[in-house]
Amino acid sequence: MKVDKVREPLFSARNRKLLTAPLNKDNPITIQVLGICSALAVTAKLEPAFVMAVSVVAVVAASNLIVSLLRNTIPPRIRIIVELVIIASLVILVDQILKAYVYDVSKQLSVFVGLIITNCIVMGRLEAFAMQNKPWPSLLDGIGNGVGYGIILIVVAFFRELFGSGTLYGVTIIPASFYEAGYANNGFMILPPMALIIVGIIIWVQRAKNPDLVDKS
Amino acid sequence: MRSLRRFLDNIKPQFEKGGKYEKLQSTFDAFETFLFVPSHTTKSGSHIRDNIDMKRTMSVVVIAMIPALMFGIWNVGHQHFLSHAIDVDFWDKVVFGLWKVLPIVVVSYVVGLGIEFAFAQYRHHEVNEGFLVSGMLIPLILPPDTPLWMVAVSTAFAVIIGKEVFGGTGMNILNPALTARAFLFFAYPGEMSGDKVWIAEKADTYSGATPLAEAALGTSNPSVNFTHSISDMFFGFMPGSIGETSTFAILIGALILLVTGTGSWRIMLSVVVGGIFMGLVFNLIGLNAYMDVPFYYHLIIGGFAFGTVFMATDPVTASQTNTGKIYFGFFVGVFAVLIRVFNPAYPEGMMLAILLMNVFAPLIDHYVVESNIKKRLKRVKKNPELQAKLGAV
Repeated sequence: MKVDKVREPLFSARNRKLLTAPLNKDNPITIQVLGICSALAVTAKLEPAFVMAVSVVAVVAASNLIVSLLRNTIPPRIRIIVELVIIASLVILVDQILKAYVYDVSKQLSVFVGLIITNCIVMGRLEAFAMQNKPWPSLLDGIGNGVGYGIILIVVAFFRELFGSGTLYGVTIIPASFYEAGYANNGFMILPPMALIIVGIIIWVQRAKNPDLVDKS
Repeated sequence: MRSLRRFLDNIKPQFEKGGKYEKLQSTFDAFETFLFVPSHTTKSGSHIRDNIDMKRTMSVVVIAMIPALMFGIWNVGHQHFLSHAIDVDFWDKVVFGLWKVLPIVVVSYVVGLGIEFAFAQYRHHEVNEGFLVSGMLIPLILPPDTPLWMVAVSTAFAVIIGKEVFGGTGMNILNPALTARAFLFFAYPGEMSGDKVWIAEKADTYSGATPLAEAALGTSNPSVNFTHSISDMFFGFMPGSIGETSTFAILIGALILLVTGTGSWRIMLSVVVGGIFMGLVFNLIGLNAYMDVPFYYHLIIGGFAFGTVFMATDPVTASQTNTGKIYFGFFVGVFAVLIRVFNPAYPEGMMLAILLMNVFAPLIDHYVVESNIKKRLKRVKKNPELQAKLGAV
């Protein structure tokens, strides 16, 4: 068997694209519309959104790497179970770390850390990418998709926390004089439907900027 | 009149293609057709070829709202001075009411039309007239003390998220005015619920509870005590949103809509029937004091009458088929009373009921059309003569 001797550089154009495409043109939330459930649930404040984003990056990247390493030994017929075991172990690991170091946030995130297991992004990347590709590109793909998901989470949480609670990352931003002048926090921002509307606006803005993303009818 | 026409004809070329203000074509067109009946007619489709455009229909609805608005202005003043136990004459009340209500109307129109014009200009569409109605509906369904910036924010939300994202007038799923109110209700509950907001600058010692709030207490209290008599409720001498208190003034508007054929009688009638039906069912069950409130009270308290006449009949967001309109209206009435009685946290069931049925309207239409097709196919299958006439189907 002839072996391809030419080694691809670590950050070749192709690998760079794996990392950057999910940030914009192939975003898991705004383009693939995956992981919406947790995006609505944890984005009322920046802090849980940030922790959630980091957790998902860790899980997607690590599970992509592990599955890619094992891809030739996993029997295709039971691959979903194997993948789930890997994801679940990683999620438990993340959950334990969060409980140990950021207990309050872990409380706020409650069930949604555990639900990373069912986050479509994780499973989707394993099936669509890690099962067919080498470990290094898989790792990059995992990081890229995790960050792409995290960015949207943080943008949504930024607007929801700023207008819903008048704070950012727990720090009061809107001065007291505004409230005295009649300003009030927008209670609708705290409710999940507003997260959906903000995600919708992000999709609107993104597609207005890149007309080639608009679905052909 | 003629000099105005001449002036418009003079400046028109500047707004047409290649002209100096080409970009403002939509704006110019909007003002021109507002001032003069346009000379062009519909070109495509199976329409009646008439040069009357949507603005005239919208004007009828605005005229129909005037009685409710007039009464609302007076009532805002009346309730204010009543709460302070000051005896003033008619005009003082009107002046106070105008001072409260006019700014809300102006803000609603300026913000809403501003956004509409901007979108129309950007998309090179004609400016749509739908907002002439929404802009008047929004003030009428708000409490008189709503801060103006909240009016602006909710109007902007309703026009952008409720309407423009779907493609503008005629494409929206939800009634824009109710979207604005629902936004305010969920975003700033302090300004939209409770006993404090329904009278402008209320005296602290005066109870500003609306009949709806008094009735809602009936879920936990052994009896419901209305401070207002039933005739007060019917004629509207009670606290509430600006234009919704007087069922009488709203009925005048309903008459205008029905006589001109602008509003659908099917919807109005079926909403009332639905409300009465649900009220009677609750009267029969009678588990708590609210359920025991006589069914006809539901028709005259809160926004039931206003919603029936001006909101549920919105031609865009209601069902389009005649049979569908009856189902649509009936369920609006049923849900309005159901939400009121079962969920005192949402005292005004009418708003939520109409929005809910707005979402279901296309589904209702779908099934009405489907059943119609089935019925006709059956008729053909049963009748060999008809089959022969239609040829091989």
